[in-house]
Amino acid sequence: MSTRLAKNGRLIDRSKQIEFTFNGKRMKGYAGDTLASALLANDQMMVGRSFKYHRPRGLVAAGPEEPNALVGLGTGDRFEPNQRATTTELFSGLSAQSQNHWPSLDFDVLAINNKLGRFLTAGFYYKMFIHPRPLWKHVYEPIIRQSAGLGKAPDKELKDADTYEHFYFFADVLVIGGGVAGLQAAKVAAQSGAKVLLLEQHNYWGGRAPVDGGTIEGMEPGAWVEKTLEELRGMDNVTLRDRCMGAGVYDHGYALGYERLTDHAPGQGGPRHRLWRIRASQIVTATGAIERPLSFAGNDIPGVMLAASMRDYAVNWGVTPGQKVVVATNNDDAYRTAIAMHGAGVEVVRVLDTRDSGGGSLMEEVRALGIRVECGRAIAKVKGSKRVTGVAICAQNGEGGAQEEVEADAVAMSGGWSPVVHLWSHCGGKLIWDEAHANFRPDPERPPLGADGNGFVIAAGAANGAAGLADALHDAQTAGEAAANAAGFTPKVGDAPAAEAPEENAMEAVWLMPAKADIKLRMKTWLDYQNDVKVSDVQLAAREGFESVEHTKRYTTLGMATDQGKLSNINGLAILADSLGSEIPQVGTTTFRPPYHPISMGAIGGEARGEIFQPLRKTPMYDWHDSNGADWEPVGQWRRPFAYVRSGESLHDAVNREVKNTRDNLGLLDASTLGKLVVKGPDAGKFLDMMYTNMMSTLKPGKCRYGLMCSENGFLIDDGVVARIDEDTWLCHTTTGGAERIHGHMEEWLQTEWWDWKVYVANVTEQLAQVAVVGPNARKVLEKLNEKAGGGMDLSKEALPFMEWRDGEIGGFKARAYRISFSGELSYEIAVAASDGLAFWTALMEAGQEFGVMPYGTECLHILRAEKGFIMIGDETDGTVIPQDLGLNWALSKKKEDFLGKRAHSRSHMADPDRWQLVGLETVDGSVLPDGAYAVGNGVNANGQKNTIGRVTSTYYSSNLGRGIAMGLVKHGPSRMGEVIEFPGTDGKIYKAKIVDQVFYDKEGEKQNV
Amino acid sequence: MLILECPYCGVKAEETELAAGGEAHLKRFGPGSSDEEFHDYLFMRENPKGVHFERWRHANGCGKWFHAARCTMTLEVFGTYSAQTTEPPKEIQDKISEKRPNWTWRDVK
Amino acid sequence: MKRYSAFAVAREALRYHTGWERAWRSPEPKRRYDVIIVGAGGHGLATAYFLGKNFGITNVAVLEKGWLGGGNTGRNTTIIRSNYLQDPSAAIYEKARSLYETMSQDLNYNVMFSPRGVIMLAQTEHEVRGYKRTAHANALQGVQTEWIEPARVKELVPIINLEGPRYPVLGGLWQERGGTARHDAVAWGYARACSAMGMDIIQKCEVTGVRSENGRVVGVDTTKGAIDCDKLGMVVAGNCSHLSEMAGFRLPVESVALQALVSEPIKPCMDVVVMANTVHGYMSQSDKGEMVIGGGTDGFNNYTQRGSFHHIEETVRALNETFPMVSRLKMLRQWGGIVDVTGDRSPLISKTPVDNIFVNAGWGTGGFKAIPGSGWAMAELMATGHSPLAEEFSMMRFKEGKFIDESVAAGVAH
Repeated sequence: MSTRLAKNGRLIDRSKQIEFTFNGKRMKGYAGDTLASALLANDQMMVGRSFKYHRPRGLVAAGPEEPNALVGLGTGDRFEPNQRATTTELFSGLSAQSQNHWPSLDFDVLAINNKLGRFLTAGFYYKMFIHPRPLWKHVYEPIIRQSAGLGKAPDKELKDADTYEHFYFFADVLVIGGGVAGLQAAKVAAQSGAKVLLLEQHNYWGGRAPVDGGTIEGMEPGAWVEKTLEELRGMDNVTLRDRCMGAGVYDHGYALGYERLTDHAPGQGGPRHRLWRIRASQIVTATGAIERPLSFAGNDIPGVMLAASMRDYAVNWGVTPGQKVVVATNNDDAYRTAIAMHGAGVEVVRVLDTRDSGGGSLMEEVRALGIRVECGRAIAKVKGSKRVTGVAICAQNGEGGAQEEVEADAVAMSGGWSPVVHLWSHCGGKLIWDEAHANFRPDPERPPLGADGNGFVIAAGAANGAAGLADALHDAQTAGEAAANAAGFTPKVGDAPAAEAPEENAMEAVWLMPAKADIKLRMKTWLDYQNDVKVSDVQLAAREGFESVEHTKRYTTLGMATDQGKLSNINGLAILADSLGSEIPQVGTTTFRPPYHPISMGAIGGEARGEIFQPLRKTPMYDWHDSNGADWEPVGQWRRPFAYVRSGESLHDAVNREVKNTRDNLGLLDASTLGKLVVKGPDAGKFLDMMYTNMMSTLKPGKCRYGLMCSENGFLIDDGVVARIDEDTWLCHTTTGGAERIHGHMEEWLQTEWWDWKVYVANVTEQLAQVAVVGPNARKVLEKLNEKAGGGMDLSKEALPFMEWRDGEIGGFKARAYRISFSGELSYEIAVAASDGLAFWTALMEAGQEFGVMPYGTECLHILRAEKGFIMIGDETDGTVIPQDLGLNWALSKKKEDFLGKRAHSRSHMADPDRWQLVGLETVDGSVLPDGAYAVGNGVNANGQKNTIGRVTSTYYSSNLGRGIAMGLVKHGPSRMGEVIEFPGTDGKIYKAKIVDQVFYDKEGEKQNV
Repeated sequence: MLILECPYCGVKAEETELAAGGEAHLKRFGPGSSDEEFHDYLFMRENPKGVHFERWRHANGCGKWFHAARCTMTLEVFGTYSAQTTEPPKEIQDKISEKRPNWTWRDVK
Repeated sequence: MKRYSAFAVAREALRYHTGWERAWRSPEPKRRYDVIIVGAGGHGLATAYFLGKNFGITNVAVLEKGWLGGGNTGRNTTIIRSNYLQDPSAAIYEKARSLYETMSQDLNYNVMFSPRGVIMLAQTEHEVRGYKRTAHANALQGVQTEWIEPARVKELVPIINLEGPRYPVLGGLWQERGGTARHDAVAWGYARACSAMGMDIIQKCEVTGVRSENGRVVGVDTTKGAIDCDKLGMVVAGNCSHLSEMAGFRLPVESVALQALVSEPIKPCMDVVVMANTVHGYMSQSDKGEMVIGGGTDGFNNYTQRGSFHHIEETVRALNETFPMVSRLKMLRQWGGIVDVTGDRSPLISKTPVDNIFVNAGWGTGGFKAIPGSGWAMAELMATGHSPLAEEFSMMRFKEGKFIDESVAAGVAH
C-alpha cells in the first residue's frame, strides 16, 4: 500500500495537519504536501481513468508532466476541471474529484472499452461508423464525445468568482527555472549589473538537486540553494518569483510568466493568477529535464512510477507508493531511487538494469546495501489491474519469456532523461540528437532569433543536456555569462561552483522492453498513458503509411493529451523510427507550441471582463440619457440611446413617439459621437479635394457642404458635412464609427503620399459636445435661451441660412451653430465645449418644455433620414457600393482631375449600367418590408441560385406616414419607377413593393428651409 | 510579438502600439493610368519570403507612419526609417546586404 | 483498396491488426503525368480526386514538399458552413458543405462530418441587419439558414451569456446543417482514394522550378528530379506567391499568420459551433472534448507559422465574456498557420497568364470548409477550361473591379 513514511519529507510540516476530501472521502495531509503526495499518504493509489479505454490510472510523476492525476477541484463558481494533483498544493478544505468515469472511480461502466482494446486500436474510428450515414451524428458521435473529454465542464450559468491580472516586466536577462542551474545563471548575470528576473514554477527552489544529492562548494545542495537565494534576494537588480511558470517564448524576446497567486489559498483575496508579459533582451531556459518511462507491458498499472518521481515523493513529502519496489533502469540515476527508498525503510526487491555491464559507483553503493541488482535484465510484464501486484522478469535482449516472477506493489522505472526544450523551441530554436544520452537537446548553433537576427535564448543545465551536477553548474555559469554579454553587460568571468557527485556509467537507449517483445506484450505496452496509445499503435500507424511523425501523432493521438507528450513523445518517435527502419533524428520531433503547461483562460483574458471588457466611450450627456430611460445601443465603443423609453411604453412605441414629436414639435439628439476633424494648413483645400469626391477648396468660409469619401478602390467609406472655418481651416464631420478611421485615413495619405503638403489634421471629437436641435420649434427654443441669457447669436433665417454656420453665444454658452439637417426639419447642430455639454443639454430641455421638447435616439434619427431619402453609411453602403449606385453623381466633381476613388470608378464593372441603383420602395399593402430582403428576377444562375435584381437597404415603419417605407438598390431602378417587384421573405411570404422616389416626406424640402 | 523602433519618437514600440500598413514605397497610379498599372498598384503586393519593406503606424503612440525593413521568414528587423521617402535609404540597404548578401526586393538589389 | 468497415476492424483485431495495408502508396515520381497538382493539402488532394472521379483523369501526381495534410488542412479549426452573403461564395461553400455530408461514404473513410449546426451571433444592430440580409440571400441561394432570437440561441448554446454588459446577444444566424469534421481525416481520406485510383502522391518532394515553353507549361523541376506534365495546378496555401514567381507571374495575395488554440478536454458542454464577430472569437468543442478556438489574422506578412500573443488574448477575452465558464478552463496549446489573403479576401480559382497553369489560392481564414467544393471546381476548370463555381473567382476580377466582398460590415452606422 502507499503510505506516509515515518521519516523524510523535507517540504512538509508534520506539525500542521490539513483536512481535505477526495471523491467526498475525508483525508488528512500536512502543510507542504501536494494533493498528489497527500493522496499517496492516504493509500489513494488510483486517481483517475484513461481517455479511451478507461483504464485505472495512478500517479506516474511528481511534477507538471503528470498525465494521469487530473482532478476536478473546488466547487460552484470556483470549480475547475483537469487540475494536476502534482502541482496542486494542499490546503485546508480542498475538495477534489477524480474524472472520466461513471458511476465511480472504482467501478466504471466504460472500462468495457478496455476489454475491447483489441478492436479500438489506433485510428479505428476512421475505419468504422461510416454506414448508415445518420448514425454518426445521432448515435456514434454522441457516445464517443461522452466517453472522451476527461473532466466535467464548469457550471454553465456561473461566472468565475476569481479575478486575474496582467503585469508587465522588462528584463535584461530572464532566467526560467529556479534549480541550481537557474540560480547560478541568474547570479552570474546579475553580478554583471543586468536586470534579472528569475522564475520558478514550484513553491520551492532548487529543483532536483536537493533530492539527488552530491555537494556544491562543499555544501549539501539544499544549503547551497538557500545561500544563493539569499545572495540573489540581496541584489536590487534581481526579481525572484516562485509559483510562476515560464509559459511561452515568443518573437523579439517576449515571454509569458504564469503566476499562481492564490491557488494554494483560495479566497485569500486578490487575483488568482497573474500573467506576466515580459520583454527580455536574453532568456536563459534552465528548465531541467524530464525522466522518460520505459516501454514494457503493464507499464500503466497504478504503482508504476518514474524512478526520480518516486524518490521525490519519498524525500520531499515522506510518502511511498508501495512497500516492495522493483526498480527498472537503463541508466545510473535510478540507483538513487533504490538508495532513497531503502533509506526510507521500503524494501527494494530488485534493481533490473538493462545494461549487461550495469552501472557505476551508485550501483556498487546499492549492492553494498544488500539490494539485489541484475544486469541485462528487464521487466517482461507488470502484474495487477488497479495496482501492481508483481513483476515478471526477463532478459532485456529477448522476447519476454519470463524467467522469474517477484511480488511487488510498486515499480520505479527510468528510461533516461529528456531535456525540457519546450521554451527553447517555441520561437524556432532547433534541436540536435545527442546519441550518448539518447535525447534531443538545444542546438546552440540554431537558437531562436531575435529582432537583431541574433539568438536570444540560451539553454542551461539539464535543459541544455548537461549531465550531472558539476556539468550543469558549469553550463549555467557559461549561460549566465553569455546572456549578460549579449544583453550588453560585462560579466565577471569566473569558475562555476565546484560540485561533486558520483561518476555515472553511460546510459543505454532502450525503446522497448524487452527488446524483442512480441505483439501481445506490445499491445499492453503504453506510450501515452492518458490517451491510451501503445507501442502497437505506433507500429500500426507506420505500417499504414503514416510515416511523418506528425501523421503518427495525429493518427494515434500520441502526445496530444494534456501533458502534450512530455512523457511519451521521444519513446513514441523512437518506436516510429524503428518501424520505418530510420534514425530518430531523421524522423524528428513534433512542433513544440506554447504554453509549456496549460494556463488558465482567466489569466489570458486578464482584468478585461464585464463592464471593463472593452473601453466604454461616453458623451458628456451620457449620465443624463442613462437616467432618462435610454435603451442603449453599442456603436463602436460608444453607447448611444436607441430610444428613450417612458414607463408603460414599449421600445417601438417610444421610437414612434420620438419620430412624430420631432416632426411636429421639437427633438434633441446627442450628436457628440459624430467625428469632428479639423483640417488646417495652406494646402488643406487641395488635400480635401483629394479626400472628398466633391470640391471642398471652393467652399466659402462660413458655409457648409455635404461631402462623400471614397477609398482608392472606389467604394464609399464615409460621409458628412464639411464646414469651412477660415482661409486655411476646414472642419470635417464623419460618421460615429468613422472618426478614428477617417482620421487615420487622412494621416496615412498625408504622411505617406503627400508628405510635402502643408496640412495638419486634429481629431477634436471629444473636445466638443454636439446637440442636434430639430423640429418646427428649433429656432424658438434657441431664441428663448438667448432671451433668458440676455442676448446671443442671431439665429434667424437671414442671419444663419441653411448650410451655413456661425460662431457666437447661445444661452450664455460659447457655441458654434450649423444650419444642417439630417431630418429634413428646421435643424441646428450646435457644438459647445465638452465641459458645457451637459449644462447646455439641460438648458435646452428646460427651455424646450413649452415647445414640446423630447430627446430622441438613433432609431428615430434613422427613420427621419429614411423618410427624407438620405443615405446612411453602413445601411445604403456596405463596402461594395459606389456613389454612382446611390444617385450621388452630383457629388462627384467633374472639375477635379483626381480624387481618391476616381480612377477606380472607370473600371469596367464600376461603369456597368447593370449595377443596382438606389430607389425608394413602398409595399403595396403598406406593410414594412423585411430587413435585408432581396428582390427576385427570372430563373436561376449557372449555379442554380435564384437570380436577384435588388435588395432592401433600409426599411422602417414611418409613424408620420402611417406606413412602411424603404430604400433599396435595384437593377435599372431609377428607370423603373412605378413597377412592382417581389421580395420573398424568410417567413414564407412574398412582399410586393413598388419602385418609387426615395424621398417620402416633404419632397420639396420646404420644412428645413424656414 | 514584434518590437519596432519608431524613427520619429524613438520609442521601441510594442506590437500592441503599432498598426501594420502593408507594403512600403507604393507608387500611386490615379486617373490616366492604364488598367494594368492601376490593378498592380492596388492589388499586386510584394509577398516575399525574406526581406520586405513595409509600412507601420505608431498608432497608439505618436501617430506617425514609418517604414520597416524586416525578414518575413525570421522576423529579423534590419531597421526602421522615415515614411517620407520613395525608396529604402542606403544605410538600410547596406545593412541588409551585410546579412543577406543576395537579397532583392522589386527592382532594388 | 481494401474497404474499411466494422467487420474489417473486427477481422483485423483477431490477427493483431497485421493485415492492414498502406492507406496510400509511397511511389517515386514518374517521368511524366497528364496533370501535376502541387500541394497535397485538402484542396490539392480534392482537386486530384475529382479529376479522377468526375473526369476520368487519373494519370495525376500530387507533389508535396512536406507531409500530406501538413499545412493549413492540419491546423485549422474545422468549421464547415456555407452561410455566405454573396452568390459566388454561397455557391461554392454550399457545394462543399453538401459534399461533406456524404464524404465519409464517398471516400470509405470516416471524416467525422458532424452537422451540429453553426450560429453566428449578432451583438450590434448593425450585425442584426447584416445577418437578416444574409438569411434572405441564403434562402434564394438554396442555403438553409435562419435568423433566430436570443431565447433560441440560449437553447442551442446553454453555456452562453446573453446579457453581457457590453454586447448583449441580440440573436443569431443559424445554419443547422453546418458543423465540423476531422481535418486530418479529410486529407487522409482523399489521399487514400486518390492513391487507389492510381494517382501518385509524392511527399517530401519540393518543386524548385516551373518549366514552360511558348507560354505553356511543360513540367516542373523538383527535389526528386524533373517531371513533365500537360497541366499544372498550384494549390499551395502559404507558398503560392513563391510558386507563381517560379512560373513567371504574380498573384494578388499576401501571406499572414492566423492563430488558433485549444483548451484541455472536458465533457460535452457545447453541441454547436458559435462565432461571435463583434468581439472577435469563435469556438466549438471537438469530439475529444477540447474547446477549439479561433480569432482573426495578424496584420503583417509572415511565414513563421507563429503569431503574436495579443491576438490570443483578445480572442480569449471575447470568449470569457461570451461563455463565462471558459474562464475556468485552461489553454492547452496555441499554434499558427500561414494564410493567403487577396484584395477582397475571397479566393482565387483561376487560369493564369501561363497556359495550362491553374491556381487555387487565397482562401484566407476560410479554406477548410471549402475543400470538396474547391476541389470540384478546380478539377472542372482544369479538365474543361470552365467551371461555373469558379467563374467569379478568376484573378481577372481585380482588374474589372468586380469583387466578392463578404465583409458587409465594412461601413459603420451613424
